[in-house]
Amino acid sequence: MTFAIKVESVSKRYRIGAAPQKFQYGMLRDQIVDTVTAPIRLLKSIGRKSTEHASRHNNFIWALRDVSFDVGEGQVLGIIGRNGAGKSTLLKVLSRVTEPTRGSITLRGRVGSLLEVGTGFHPELTGRDNIYLNGAILGMKRSEIAAKFDEIVSFSEVEQFIDTPVKRYSSGMYLRLAFAVAAHLEPEILVVDEVLAVGDADFQRKCLGKMGDVAQQGRTVLFVSHNMSAILRLTQETLVIEKGGLALRAPTSEAVDYYLSSGHAKAGERFWDPDEVPVNAAPFRPIALRVRSPRGDVVDTVRSTEPLTVEMEYQLEAPITGLRVGMYLNTMRGEFVLTSFDTDNPEQFEAFSARQPGRYLSRCEIPADLLNEGRYALGINASSFAVRRYFQDEQALAFNVDATGAPGMHWPEQRLGPIRPRLDWKIEQVG
Amino acid sequence: MTQLTKATHSDVPTLVIRPSTGLSALNLRDLWVYRELVVFMIWRDIKVRYKQTALGALWAIIQPVMTMLVFTFLFNTVAKLPTDDIPAPIFSFSALLPWGLFTTALNAASRSLTSNTNMITKTYFPRLILPMASVLGGLVDFAIAFVILIGMMVYFHVYPGWNALWAVPVFLLLLIVTALGVALWLSAINVKYRDVGYALPFLTQFWMFVTPVVYSSEVIPEKWRVLFALNPMTGVINGFRWALLGAGNPPDLLVAISAVIAVLVLVSGLFYFRNMERTFADMI
Repeated sequence: MTFAIKVESVSKRYRIGAAPQKFQYGMLRDQIVDTVTAPIRLLKSIGRKSTEHASRHNNFIWALRDVSFDVGEGQVLGIIGRNGAGKSTLLKVLSRVTEPTRGSITLRGRVGSLLEVGTGFHPELTGRDNIYLNGAILGMKRSEIAAKFDEIVSFSEVEQFIDTPVKRYSSGMYLRLAFAVAAHLEPEILVVDEVLAVGDADFQRKCLGKMGDVAQQGRTVLFVSHNMSAILRLTQETLVIEKGGLALRAPTSEAVDYYLSSGHAKAGERFWDPDEVPVNAAPFRPIALRVRSPRGDVVDTVRSTEPLTVEMEYQLEAPITGLRVGMYLNTMRGEFVLTSFDTDNPEQFEAFSARQPGRYLSRCEIPADLLNEGRYALGINASSFAVRRYFQDEQALAFNVDATGAPGMHWPEQRLGPIRPRLDWKIEQVG
Repeated sequence: MTQLTKATHSDVPTLVIRPSTGLSALNLRDLWVYRELVVFMIWRDIKVRYKQTALGALWAIIQPVMTMLVFTFLFNTVAKLPTDDIPAPIFSFSALLPWGLFTTALNAASRSLTSNTNMITKTYFPRLILPMASVLGGLVDFAIAFVILIGMMVYFHVYPGWNALWAVPVFLLLLIVTALGVALWLSAINVKYRDVGYALPFLTQFWMFVTPVVYSSEVIPEKWRVLFALNPMTGVINGFRWALLGAGNPPDLLVAISAVIAVLVLVSGLFYFRNMERTFADMI
């Protein structure tokens, strides 16, 4: 098979300044002092250029390390990885937004990249004008855009407002129009980042359908997403990126499972190594997230007819006021089921208004007869409301729910919706 | 940073991306591929420029006309600077037109990269397009104001010779080359150091004083004329006045000096810009 994309030991290094660390608390006084002394520092640095250069070496990070892979012609390849793993950097290098520091990439065919929808949209211009402008920015020829214009407009469902400035559009209309232009780009190689996370559920379905069509037409597609069901649906093979390197290349279902279970010591448990936790999470440090059965075992499959316990273990290196530690429960399609915090209860909120340094466990029970069968992802969030978010990982741990004994199981059918509560039905004959 | 080569065994264009070393090649081929985008960016800037203003494109006329009135009053009525026997308003207006184009171009182009941050961080296109479109976009305002100049020429009975037919386009080109060269330097520096935004008003103000805009180049002492010619805008303004009003000397060796300097600024600007271009997305 001939390749469409060949990536050979690509590395990308970024320089990170020391300045952001210094102004973590954004003191105006520090800012003023720093601004006023800037010219003095500039003069000083001219005098000792060589030493300065040496010390700067510590301020580099490698966003990508020695990544190699190739993509066959007509293949649809998924890319997944946690935030900061290097996915976006990889796409930026592939779409020529930024240069690799080392290595090379060979692309056979015209490349279209969608790192964002609506790039270059101008609020003062009408929908019509923006279609042309955005199309040109994405690399389409004027004649190409003109030929597809009607199709774009009808896909976007904004026909009546096409001659209205887009600043008067609702955000949904704006995104629909933006995606419509992008969806009609027809290069041989398409690089797509997370753009499907736009609009309402209906439009998302339509976008996924369009992406599916693109994949059918034999074009090569690189598709980055956090939406596991989109990845599962659109791709056969997926790369997992971890800490800037390629961790795994496998059939998609295998890769998704690896992604959701990577870092686990065992099924049903997720550990965080200290070096996995971003520096700016301090003084909060997550240690583990666990799912426990009513018998106290750490499990990765729970029964929907039994309660399950979610347990978060963490360390505080310094006292935090107003801390709340909470969980997200998502379906594998990326839909939120619920969000809950350990200080939701007013009494807990009073009792833990400030937490002293130390090791903590926040535990809660998800009652029996609540979840439908299927696979779910748990996430964690530690924040002080309206002050600061210390740590967040929306998809930290996956677990299964088994519906044996759940209401309605005598019909062998799939029930829609993430929850399956046991409701108290009454039937009366009224006539 | 990239090379576009035709694969020998098929029609598929093959692109190789690898880190660039030293001075990168100018990659004019990509610029050609994206030529339509230049037109689209100019068109966008023009369409947006006078949106939600009451007077709209009239501003293209009001600005130079008001400046002309103030300059005529200050420098000719009060300070009585010589105008080579040409009516003061038209003497001043014929210089304010090219000078206005120059300053608008520098202002717009120096901000062109920083005001299109998400285009730069999210898509690939030759970055040169942005300052280029900003410089060329000023030509529309220039053309509108030029109509006023023609009206004034009729009113003051100042008629250009046939020379104007070739000389105006040539000096306009010299102006564009100069503006683009300076704009490339400023826009690229502005990505890293936003100081450009603060320095630019001073730069253009000082530059105007060393260019014969408010005064005639006749008042420049003979021994200093070569020094003045090092400023390409001197050549431009003198050229416009000569072509349109028949003022001053026909183009001579001094114009050639201006032209050489302009080309040097442009070429150095191109290389500096191309060299900085690879880090724009990381630094902006």
